[in-house]
Amino acid sequence: MPELMLDGRSLRVAEGTSVAAALALGSDGCSRTSVSGQRRAPLCGMGICQECRVTIDGRRRLACQTLCRDGMQVETRT
Amino acid sequence: MSEGLIADVIVIGAGIIGAACAQALARRGLRVLVVDAGIPGATAAGMGHLLVLDDNPAELALSQYSLQRWREHGPDLPDGCAYRSNGTLWLAANAEEMTVAHSKYLNLQAQGVACELISRRALREREPELREGLEGGLLINGDGILYAPATANWMLDTTNIQQLRARVSEVDGNRVRLDDGRWLSAEAVILANGVQANELCPELPIEPKKGHLLITDRYPAKVTHTLVELGYVTSAHNASGPSTACNIQPRPTGQLFIGASRQFGTTDPQVEGWMLAKMLKRAIEYMPGLAQLNGIRAWTGFRAASPDGLPLVGQHPKRKGLWLAVGHEGLGVTTAPGTADLLVAQLFNETSPLAAHPYLPQRFLGEPVYA
Amino acid sequence: MSEYADVLIIGAGPAGMAAALAAAPGGARIVMLDDNPAPGGQIWRDGPQANLPTLARDLRDQLQRCDNIRVHSGARVIACAGPKQLLVEDADRGWLIAYDKLILCTGARELLLPFPGWTLPGVTGAGGLQALIKGGLPVQGERVVIAGSGPLLLASAATAKHKGARVLRTAEQASTAAVAGFAAQLPRWPNKLLQSFTLFDRHYRTGTHVLAALGTERLEGVRLQQQGKIVELECDRLACGFGLIPNTQIGQALGCDLDGHALAVDTWQATRRVDHYAAGECTGFGGSELALVEGAIAGYAAVDDRQAAQALFSRRARWQGFANALNQAFALGPQLKSLAQPDTLLCRCEDVPYAALAGHADWREAKLASRCGMGACQGRVCGGALQHLFGWQPSVPRPPFSPARIETLLCLDDNPPV
Repeated sequence: MPELMLDGRSLRVAEGTSVAAALALGSDGCSRTSVSGQRRAPLCGMGICQECRVTIDGRRRLACQTLCRDGMQVETRT
Repeated sequence: MSEGLIADVIVIGAGIIGAACAQALARRGLRVLVVDAGIPGATAAGMGHLLVLDDNPAELALSQYSLQRWREHGPDLPDGCAYRSNGTLWLAANAEEMTVAHSKYLNLQAQGVACELISRRALREREPELREGLEGGLLINGDGILYAPATANWMLDTTNIQQLRARVSEVDGNRVRLDDGRWLSAEAVILANGVQANELCPELPIEPKKGHLLITDRYPAKVTHTLVELGYVTSAHNASGPSTACNIQPRPTGQLFIGASRQFGTTDPQVEGWMLAKMLKRAIEYMPGLAQLNGIRAWTGFRAASPDGLPLVGQHPKRKGLWLAVGHEGLGVTTAPGTADLLVAQLFNETSPLAAHPYLPQRFLGEPVYA
Repeated sequence: MSEYADVLIIGAGPAGMAAALAAAPGGARIVMLDDNPAPGGQIWRDGPQANLPTLARDLRDQLQRCDNIRVHSGARVIACAGPKQLLVEDADRGWLIAYDKLILCTGARELLLPFPGWTLPGVTGAGGLQALIKGGLPVQGERVVIAGSGPLLLASAATAKHKGARVLRTAEQASTAAVAGFAAQLPRWPNKLLQSFTLFDRHYRTGTHVLAALGTERLEGVRLQQQGKIVELECDRLACGFGLIPNTQIGQALGCDLDGHALAVDTWQATRRVDHYAAGECTGFGGSELALVEGAIAGYAAVDDRQAAQALFSRRARWQGFANALNQAFALGPQLKSLAQPDTLLCRCEDVPYAALAGHADWREAKLASRCGMGACQGRVCGGALQHLFGWQPSVPRPPFSPARIETLLCLDDNPPV
């Protein structure tokens, strides 16, 4: 069961869980802040809408198409 | 307005040059009709960089004057124009380029352009994203950036300006023929349609100069000034083959705008992978961290270049009633206010705010044939 | 780094998998690219809360056992690098793949239309919710409203219920007559009949569409127009999608033609471009059975096994009939074009409101004036909506075909072509 850091807090999830799901399991489900300051959460679930953009280990990636890995650092506010 | 005239002035082209001319004339009480074919040009594609360039005195005079006018306009521009006065920081990669920076500094200071030399250490402090080992730079404080399409739209949204979406197929002095066959007349016609100018006036020495651009996703802002390599002055701006130069602009959105490239001899708007790669490679040499950022869009545009790098602003010496405001290359947005003021002064026979001579079309087209 | 494929397949959903397995027996070197963590596409998405049918598992196992099939998961096509060469990227690196034949199996995405509140956390697509649940999204005890159009609503509701959600309502915009007419035809396809009867339930309403998502920081309820009445329901999730639109961007960038909104193919699943084929939802919506047979035909055609391809033509025709019936039944009504208010955001990437878009002549003009479509989704969401709302054709895509790391773009050769 991988353990990852989500916005500084640690979270353990089942193997094969997507980072998008982890956002809801460990926090309020939100992935990013929009241009006008609204919090957003994954919308399409299939890598199209780009709402689930998060920073994973320093790189901008899509949470819905990324599986959680042990030691992953996920940030939703950068 | 005389009978049979559709307007006092017809402006062909609703890009930043046409828009600026139209606004200036409209504010003087003239009725202006701006005709545009709806083909996005350099205003749509460009970086919206406002910069003073001193390759030669005429270029410096026009860009300096225009920048001053932009700084005056700045507070009037709506938020969508994203005007910022964030300065240009010219980067010196080695001692040789730092010497160039020094002489630019002296020249600009002498002309009253606010600027400062930046040491190696000061550069690291001001722009920590730049790689180690750069020699230093020259900061031109009054330079800025804006979003040109919105700015052109704002200019066109002025009393006395009417817009028409139509293609002009022929110009005959002070009258134009549209694609639908109609002839429209005015007291004067101003040609301001960039790389399309040759279609109406084949005698114009305008060449399209293709450029590529890439923009990144939004990231927390880490870059302050528009960063341009001094090599730009030596390489991209003056050589004749395809070339690239580092040009990194921080958008107010948190995106980084990356350029710059140029190629002659093509009108193909396709993004060319090899040129994109070459341009990005150059940019990464100055800012290694770019490699990890996501690029979300790439596109191309065509600058209307003239043989001496200066625009053609003034009466067409062979076609009475036709005025020219073309050939601005990469300084269209910068010199739009200056171009407009030059033309207005000539149209109204007033004292020009700056010497008009270096930009007069007769330097290419020959002396005037009419009084 | 450079790779070579005799047959390069883009997309590892049903169509892609079928294509690969059809092309494999002759020993061709087959490479598959898929942007999800594992093959299966949308319908057979794997995850801790997924229930893969036996067929899906079998196909995945077969794929894995085949020595001459290589699957790159988590990979996307970024640019054309040459006449038959693509630049691709995954989480770690970018690289070039050269190929002899290409089969596009890029599938479809949901049509997401704007309505007030649609940007609130808690609102997803209908297929979107199903995908997120399969990936582990917890919905136990949550009150869910499913809305929009199409059989996907039923599948989504079933997945949600199976994982402990309370589905309060499934709101189908199509009329009772249209849906009933479609249901009456289901006996023609026995497997589908079985599937559907387990999916309809007492909370399913036809002639019903969403008016607004309610809430301030996140979703708290929905307002529906239910057969003429206004109904408000408190809920935790709204999963709303209006059918599927084909993903044609890479196909168009490669020079393929469109037939309506989908990639145009002939009877051999071949596109206008020589050696380039397409199969599955990207050639038109039709469900997994149709995608499987189209994929197999494309796979056989790509390795010049015309006999095997031809043997599948009648099966394809049968499933095409099902697709046609679906499309007719679930056609979208005009009321869905008036859901957005002037201040409803239409472009979610750049936060551009609907009011900023009205009155422009076309997509390009609107984009320039408002910055709509200039964001990370590259116009896939807003462009899909605007095509439905105003009939605006999206432009042919330029590289990068997906946001890509700048270091990936450096893999392109920086020498001018001779």
